[in-house]
Amino acid sequence: MEMPIPDSDVLSRKARVVERLRGVLPADAVIDDPMETRAYECDALTAYRCPPMVAVLPSTTAQVSDVLRICHAEGVPVVPRGSGTSLAGGALPTADCVILGVARMNDVLETDYDNRFVRVQTGRTNLSVTGAVESDGFFYAPDPSSQLACAIAGNIAMNSGGAHCLKYGVTTNNLMGVTLVQMDGTIVEIGGAHLDSGGLDLLGVVCGSEGQLGVVTEATLRILHKPEGARPVLMGFDSAEIAGACVGDIIKAGVLPVAIEFMDKLLIEVCEDFAKADYPMCEALLIVEVEGAETEINDQLALITEIARRHDPVALRESASPEESARIWAGRKAAFSAIGRVSDYMCLDGTIPVSELPYVLRRIGEMSQKYGLPVGNVFHAGDGNMHPLICYDANKPGDLEICEEFGAEVLKLCVEVGGCLTGEHGVGIEKRDLMTYQYAPSDLEAQMAIKDVFDPKWLLNPAKVFPLAVSQPRRSAPLAAE
Amino acid sequence: MTLLTTEADVAEAVSGATGPLVVRGGGTRAVGRPVAGDVLEVSGLSGITLYEPGALTIVAQAGTPLADIEAALAAENQRLAFEPYDLTGLLGTAGASTIGGVVATNASGPRRIQAGAARDFALGVRFVDGAGNVVKNGGRVMKNVTGYDLVKLMSGSWGTLGVLTEVSLKVLPAVEATTTLVIEGLSRERAVTAMSAALGSPFEISGAAWIDGAVWLRLEGFASSVAYRATSLQDALRGFGDVMRTDDADWTRVRDAVPLHDLPRVWRVSVKPSDGPAVIAALPERCQSMMDWGGGLIWVGQGDGDGAATHRTLQEAVARLGGHATLMKGPDDLRAAVPVFQPEVPGVATLSAALRARFDPRGILNPGLMVA
Repeated sequence: MEMPIPDSDVLSRKARVVERLRGVLPADAVIDDPMETRAYECDALTAYRCPPMVAVLPSTTAQVSDVLRICHAEGVPVVPRGSGTSLAGGALPTADCVILGVARMNDVLETDYDNRFVRVQTGRTNLSVTGAVESDGFFYAPDPSSQLACAIAGNIAMNSGGAHCLKYGVTTNNLMGVTLVQMDGTIVEIGGAHLDSGGLDLLGVVCGSEGQLGVVTEATLRILHKPEGARPVLMGFDSAEIAGACVGDIIKAGVLPVAIEFMDKLLIEVCEDFAKADYPMCEALLIVEVEGAETEINDQLALITEIARRHDPVALRESASPEESARIWAGRKAAFSAIGRVSDYMCLDGTIPVSELPYVLRRIGEMSQKYGLPVGNVFHAGDGNMHPLICYDANKPGDLEICEEFGAEVLKLCVEVGGCLTGEHGVGIEKRDLMTYQYAPSDLEAQMAIKDVFDPKWLLNPAKVFPLAVSQPRRSAPLAAE
Repeated sequence: MTLLTTEADVAEAVSGATGPLVVRGGGTRAVGRPVAGDVLEVSGLSGITLYEPGALTIVAQAGTPLADIEAALAAENQRLAFEPYDLTGLLGTAGASTIGGVVATNASGPRRIQAGAARDFALGVRFVDGAGNVVKNGGRVMKNVTGYDLVKLMSGSWGTLGVLTEVSLKVLPAVEATTTLVIEGLSRERAVTAMSAALGSPFEISGAAWIDGAVWLRLEGFASSVAYRATSLQDALRGFGDVMRTDDADWTRVRDAVPLHDLPRVWRVSVKPSDGPAVIAALPERCQSMMDWGGGLIWVGQGDGDGAATHRTLQEAVARLGGHATLMKGPDDLRAAVPVFQPEVPGVATLSAALRARFDPRGILNPGLMVA
């Protein structure tokens, strides 16, 4: 993976930059010892590593503003970091950058049940947002698999989704306002506890901008009352085609399950082995979850199982207890860890129109043969967000490159059938160079124009999202002397 | 101007323009500061290009009448869940609302409180920017984080950043049953408290309004589920008085602000729900109001009186509380004299102005409509 050559001028000024940062932050919040900066050398895309020049851990919005103002004046690139769980390399440093971690900013600032929102500092983890309100019966809906660890800051940067977004939407649909610190230190309040924007929807463009437009330090998030109950049903089918047809029929029948998850045979096996979820062994497994009171759940599941029966399921099992429900989800939620136990893997997350599911799965199977690498599929079937997990051996020279070539071919296929490169993980460095398959030059130009407005010097996370060749003229523009 | 029927026509018309353009779909939304210029009519770009009910997705050219979209969806027992409002009754405009206009103005109705706004259901756009460049963003799949989200930026930009040529939308199943619980005789404050209690329950309220002196709470879904939730909610709200139930409530009355149709000046205000009563209390006498979104959306109408003063009062109150007040209906001289859209806070105003300068460098797309 190509990254820009570190700016030797910036590196030569490391001592001065560190000294200026120490002037605005507590002593333990500036990390410049190469032994310690290594802790920030990568995120969850562990194939790529590069220790940053400096890492800082501010505790307040004002400190974030001070840090950015200094880096702006010094021409130092800044890579924002939440919890470092990005699968796309969104928080991968460059050797000449300052990593700005928001991990110390994790307070709940305001909880308002009457108006159904919570305002938090963005270093707070996704799950602990729900943790702060669940004793009162509320929850924060977006639930990425990494929710125990991932920070709201990263969720906003990547517009994270999750298993339950078929009903509740993704981050952008649950985000009401942010405090954004621009690269020059300007603090901007966008949105708030009211709905929608009275002017241009800047909140909509900040969410999902991968830390390239500003550092979000506080967020107003919509919270909802928890449903009275939820229950999944497991269905096994002889083929992905049949499972796909069943999903389409469920949706067309007017039921909106809170989640429809798909797993193929390889994933069923590794998850079963890992989580003992009592999954049936078959070609395609669906987990369909519905919510509501007991009577509502029964009615919905009756309709869903009736539809499933028309597709000759090889297994069909409603959860009979909360323990069984938890076990069913434990298998699915552990999918990435389970496969990680048996192999190195690369996780893709292209999205396709659900009608293309059988075709795309067949093509992925053919590619697996061609490249000689096994692939497992687990994904959010209701919305077409795939997660092919390509297995490779990190210790075998050349295997990663083959895996990446395989992955790129899958993602190009996603675009070809009317889908996109990434449904919830973000572009980062991982899919950066594929952007030209989805977008024409004028499309990318329009996106880069946004960055020009928010960060004219292109110092915030500059080597991400856009192909390096495309962003080169902007990144290498001479910096105004200060 | 000749009839534009393709995206290329629009691109040519924009790049060849020598002065301001008034971007027009169905011509139903005479909102904003009046703009003088040549009309750029996009209603010739019409037709549904793709509809996959099993994928909950529809793609249509921007000039497609909203009614055509709704009819196609109804035939498959689906709908636009954000419940776009229709301004023809309020503004006395003729013509047919277009899907491009709905997206460009982020027009959402009562169900916004539960399901989300037009911007939340917009999956992809194609548009022509102010320099005549054709740009696409997003796509036709429900989850897409590939690059920046210009779809949301376009939604609610009222044609000032680009001219929409095609939009793709997420749709949802229509429902089997709808019922409305009605509580009469509550004060505004008490009405908001009742609506907050309902919206903070697990019963999935899809509309919470205060209209004609009554609180309306809508429940939708499968008939058995609606019946269960209606009974449960009636129990939960007993403390607010008699909770009646009707299956005949006309929610278009809320959606389109029907009680205010005859008034010459009408505002649409978004605040945090518990601030709704304070906004209404700040209004001069003889203003009429109704609330939607649990108190968070206030429609205000004024007959006699000083429109400019009321406008100022509203926007100042909202600036203090957080939110926005937009003059949706008013005589041209009033719309020319006041900031029709809520003035943005300084940092946001700077960024918005810079974005407009980038997307419309010549300042020819609906210039001044949102910000003078």
